[in-house]
Amino acid sequence: MWGTGTVRGGAPATSEAVFERLLHISGAGILALLAVVFVTLLVHSFPAVKDLGAAFLYGRVWDPVGGEHGALPFVLGTLFTSFLALGISMPFSLAISIYLGEYCTEGPFSSFLRSAVDLLAGIPSVIYGFWGLFVLVPLVRSLQIKLGAMPYGVGVFTASLVLAIMIVPYSASLGREVIHLVPADQKEAALALGATRAEVVRKVILPYARSGILAGVLLALGRALGETMAVTMVIGNSNVVPQGLFSPANTMAGVIANEFAEATGSVYLSALVEIGLLLFVVGTAVNILGRRVIKRASVEAA
Amino acid sequence: MREERRIVVRVAWDRLFSAATALLSYLSLIPLFLILYYIGRRGISAVDWDFFTSLPAPVGETGGGVSNALVGSAVLIGVACVLAVPVGIAAGVFLSEYGKSRLAGAVRLAVDVLQGIPSIVIGIIAYLWIVRPMRGFSALSGGAALAMLMLPVVVRSTEETLRLIPSALREASLALGVPRHRTVLKVILPAGLSGILTAVILGVARISGETAPLLFTAFGSPFMEWNVLRPMNSLPLMIFNYATSPYPEWHALAWGASFVLAVFMLLMNLVAKVMARRWKIRF
Repeated sequence: MWGTGTVRGGAPATSEAVFERLLHISGAGILALLAVVFVTLLVHSFPAVKDLGAAFLYGRVWDPVGGEHGALPFVLGTLFTSFLALGISMPFSLAISIYLGEYCTEGPFSSFLRSAVDLLAGIPSVIYGFWGLFVLVPLVRSLQIKLGAMPYGVGVFTASLVLAIMIVPYSASLGREVIHLVPADQKEAALALGATRAEVVRKVILPYARSGILAGVLLALGRALGETMAVTMVIGNSNVVPQGLFSPANTMAGVIANEFAEATGSVYLSALVEIGLLLFVVGTAVNILGRRVIKRASVEAA
Repeated sequence: MREERRIVVRVAWDRLFSAATALLSYLSLIPLFLILYYIGRRGISAVDWDFFTSLPAPVGETGGGVSNALVGSAVLIGVACVLAVPVGIAAGVFLSEYGKSRLAGAVRLAVDVLQGIPSIVIGIIAYLWIVRPMRGFSALSGGAALAMLMLPVVVRSTEETLRLIPSALREASLALGVPRHRTVLKVILPAGLSGILTAVILGVARISGETAPLLFTAFGSPFMEWNVLRPMNSLPLMIFNYATSPYPEWHALAWGASFVLAVFMLLMNLVAKVMARRWKIRF
């Protein structure tokens, strides 16, 4: 009775095809967008690659006016601040993960802490930078005076502090989720054997949730590596290899933010684009690695 | 005797551990409250009627407002929405309804990668594509940069929302002989409407605080500007420029702008949360 012809031929089938094509195009458009982003970065960093070669990576001097484009100060600055921030934030984010995932999973305290952590993730980075500049910098300066260091206030340490505050939510929320997913029978088995709760956390929960926690740390690291505003406002923007914990320095994202709009000369601009390319590649690698680990963690949990 | 002592030590360690976890958790909220406290205390006193309606005062004069930055933020977010929302929703529908192909797998990966790109790099792209060819900073380029940041958020939330719609709904429509595209348009999208709106709101929340990609695209401007082809100010840009200036009057304006921006983001997140909750109950 219902001829297939009415479905195959005629108006409905064509609009079906058009609709499907449109959806496919928008999907493919995103792929194309990513490809074009990558190719644009490659093409525009080519003059710098040709002119500077590998010296770009190990050159310690960034003096665009004098024609020297060594990106090492920024690479080191980014790595230094990011890993220091990760180190500072780890105890706190791990504590939040364990507290919310195991000790305090529901009730008003739990939802309060959870929304507060969410809120921390929602504050724009420029506000973090602003706050850091007017509140943390004077604090760090008085600390430096007490320690007898040069009282810059701004510098690697201040930037890492601000970054640490910013990345806590990223590792904490993922850590909470995976710790929450640890099967109750495993925990109860350990408790039945006479383990204390702290021992359950250390011997059962943490090993089980290991890869999920690692994924959260990687996400936080990716965020820290690419962060621009908060860092550039409190790091002092001094284009030298970081001299120490308290000295002013600069990061890859920071130098792009400071100099891109005023970059004259094709090699100068191209060197900045190459720093952006580097940031893109490293950020993407950390990001994909993190997602791989998450996938493995969810397979393990299933 | 020794056994008993060991148990005492273990129990003590257990207590210590749980106390330390709770303590560290609540300690990490101190920065949040400090930030909110400073924004509130310094910000509210800077916000009055003038703050919303007048242009920034010249250096040395107190008062003035941020009307140009408010308008600029609205225009930039509008441009970003126009560019990102249709494509984002279409791609989200594609991933949820036709999501088993190899193309879909690649698109998912691309969305993940896009989401992970540092926003300053997106700014570089918008500069090279739009600012350079047009020989000037413009709100259009800033909006395009924001659109690229917003796109992955919209795609992912749309996909996740539509996936939660029971397949019985789809099958019921298909069983009635409704073609697939009409099923999507008339059944799936209306059922997921509030979820998709949530996706857009989350996207707007994601971009409304972005500064880095605007530094060399929208660039900022001290004037009221409606033309998307000219440089334009925005709240985050204004906060950055005024915060790093040496003038106390400008710092006051920046605190006020931070307050307004924070409240706006808070509202956006709240609305998204409430909508997500309401939507959940319906299924």
